[in-house]
Amino acid sequence: MADVTAPPFRVIPIVPALKPGSMEGKGPYLANEKMQEALGYPGKLVDDWHDKAIAKMGELLGKFRSLQVYMDACVHCGACSDKCHYFIGTQDPKNMPVARQDLMRSVYRRYFTFAGKYFPKLVGARDLTREVLDEWYNYYHQCSECRRCSVFCPYGIDTAEITMAAREILATVGMGQKYSNEIIAKVHKIGNNLGLPEPALRDTLEGLEEDVKDDTGIDVRFPLDVKGAEVLLITPSADFFAEPHIDSLIGYAKVFHASGTSWTLSSMASEGANFGMFIGSYEQLRQVALRIRQAALELGVKRIVVGECGHAWRVAYSFWNTLSGVGSGADETDRFAQMLQKQLDHRYRQPTHICEFTLDLVERNAITLDREANDKHIITFHDSCNVARGSRMGDFAGGQFEIPRNLIKAAAHNFVEMDPNTTRERTYCCGGGGGLLTDDLMDLRVKGALPRMEALKQVVDDEQVNFLALICAICKTQFSKVAPAYGFDRKMVGGIHQLVSNAIRLGDK
Amino acid sequence: MSIVFAILFYLATLLFVVGLAHRIRIYIGTPAPLKIPTTPAPISTGGVVLRMTREVVFFESLFKANLWTWGLGWLFHASLALVTLRHLRYFTEPVWGWVAFIQPFGIYAGITMLLGLCGLWGRRLFVERIRYISTPSDHLMLLLLIAIAVSGLLMQFVVHTDVVAVKGFFRGLMHFSVQPLPTDALLLLHLLLVVALLAIFPISKLLHAPGVFFSPTRNQKDDPREKRHISSWAKQMESES
Ligand code: SF4
Ligand code: SF4
Repeated sequence: MADVTAPPFRVIPIVPALKPGSMEGKGPYLANEKMQEALGYPGKLVDDWHDKAIAKMGELLGKFRSLQVYMDACVHCGACSDKCHYFIGTQDPKNMPVARQDLMRSVYRRYFTFAGKYFPKLVGARDLTREVLDEWYNYYHQCSECRRCSVFCPYGIDTAEITMAAREILATVGMGQKYSNEIIAKVHKIGNNLGLPEPALRDTLEGLEEDVKDDTGIDVRFPLDVKGAEVLLITPSADFFAEPHIDSLIGYAKVFHASGTSWTLSSMASEGANFGMFIGSYEQLRQVALRIRQAALELGVKRIVVGECGHAWRVAYSFWNTLSGVGSGADETDRFAQMLQKQLDHRYRQPTHICEFTLDLVERNAITLDREANDKHIITFHDSCNVARGSRMGDFAGGQFEIPRNLIKAAAHNFVEMDPNTTRERTYCCGGGGGLLTDDLMDLRVKGALPRMEALKQVVDDEQVNFLALICAICKTQFSKVAPAYGFDRKMVGGIHQLVSNAIRLGDK
Repeated sequence: MSIVFAILFYLATLLFVVGLAHRIRIYIGTPAPLKIPTTPAPISTGGVVLRMTREVVFFESLFKANLWTWGLGWLFHASLALVTLRHLRYFTEPVWGWVAFIQPFGIYAGITMLLGLCGLWGRRLFVERIRYISTPSDHLMLLLLIAIAVSGLLMQFVVHTDVVAVKGFFRGLMHFSVQPLPTDALLLLHLLLVVALLAIFPISKLLHAPGVFFSPTRNQKDDPREKRHISSWAKQMESES
């Protein structure tokens, strides 16, 4: 693997000059045979990979309108070309979103269009060779599926959709990615990304109860598998033990405690993350999501609340209803969705984001936050891409921007915005999303963080910001790891519910 | 010559209509299994119509992305729209009032269209990253449009052609009778290029025109929690498990 180098901050953030080939390479580790087979893919590159890949591509073109339209509609206007954090950080022209799409589009043209069949040179069509396949593997693992490019494209072309399709094709011919596949396999087997079995989970939660008791003198519970609880909390498993994630978990528990809400975690579905999305597999996405329906049915809960995780919230908000019926408004004849929807309480949004949940309690005065408790923090907020660009909160367009901010302001006095070109729907990815949060991609992760680090630097220098508030487990891990490469203290990274946890007044309910 | 051009125009129109209908049928027939609107997305159908209108008429996203590209692209497209509408006068009898009204603007739009196109081509030639992503067909497409604009403008301002006869020819085509077409080179070139444009439309990136309406990130309502959205092939999966 190449050395890890953080690019210098740019004085004026202009579009960088191209450095062709700077991120050429082999890409992340390939999934080993066992991992691949556990997910139903061939163990290694199959002999007839060429025909299989083209056939898979044809299948996906017929199943996903997004892919079909996006393969045709690009005019090479270049509006997206300078919008990707990986391009800005690496200067590799193949990391321009349009160029990343063209890696697949050139093959699409060759095999699926008239112009590409008869005039390949003219329209930039290429045969699918082994080199092209390797190039796909490398560069489609330099996209975090953050969708920033799709905000700016005049046709809404979403490179994430193309990346997902490419990864699915690669996996189908035997080139899966180790990190993502390993995690999905663990979810199937044990119920969470970290492979934390039920007894270990129970242990961890008991330990947390003791910690909070020591800290506050109050018995805050962390219930597991409690039948008949009102709320089922689904949160990324990093919340159970990683720093700073765990502080947010404590925050959620305190919110439930202070508001007197009965709640539970589920050992069977102890994971909010759904890496099926990262590898572009509808089937995997669905299987992972179905665990949650099953847990909700078995525990008999009325509400499902999702913790701080970006892509988990995207999957929950946008896809759960589709994949497993967690939501409202299924047809009367929709037997599978009805099973669950009859049980859920539709006076509430299903599923609910923890920020929606908490802010609602604050606004109804059902809990009290002492903002002074956070006075040592000068806080800025990083919009996580999957929340900002893939989902919503509340009942109004853009609620996903306002609700987290309002919650921060309810929990603390000092809040500062970063450069508006880098927030809300224009937010920059942390650099570790989309299944790239693995050590073998550390160089890419550091480089991809550049635009966010530049915006952070500005508010640190000008406004003395010392706390970067997040609502995504991947952002938390990624920034803790890469911020030091840019001269920041990793301790400045934390969750919104960590702030809530500091500020909340625990009654004796 | 008139016969040749009559055949060419019929053929090109056929390719255009059938080709485009075929593509659109593919788009309609392909399910969108997941809700993927790029946020902040409208919650209601009215909101979606509004968003789409802003995209198609004002190029809203492009405006956010890059002012130069937006300015040149919008200038070109708006001019093209005016010029095309102006050409309706070769197909209608009597000429509709509003078509007559836009004639003078349509003529100047020919000039602004050319300016927009040259600007866009300049970008493609001189901006490093845009040059990197350009294929030969991207350049040729611009050249084709520039040639159409130049030949049209020349006829307007330098070497006039017999527009009455031209109109006669096209009115004739509409009623399946071939009328004589003036044979000056400029006109024939102009028409030939238009034939080429029509013919390649359905097999080229010009598909962005229908494509934009089918883009799920732009045309979907943001209501996945309120309404279950499931495609037929996904539903089938469900009853199997
Ligand atoms: S989705 Fe994000 S990471 Fe992927 S190309 Fe677009 S901007 Fe880059
Ligand atoms: S902005 Fe859209 S149309 Fe323009 S180059 Fe990028 S993907 Fe293609």
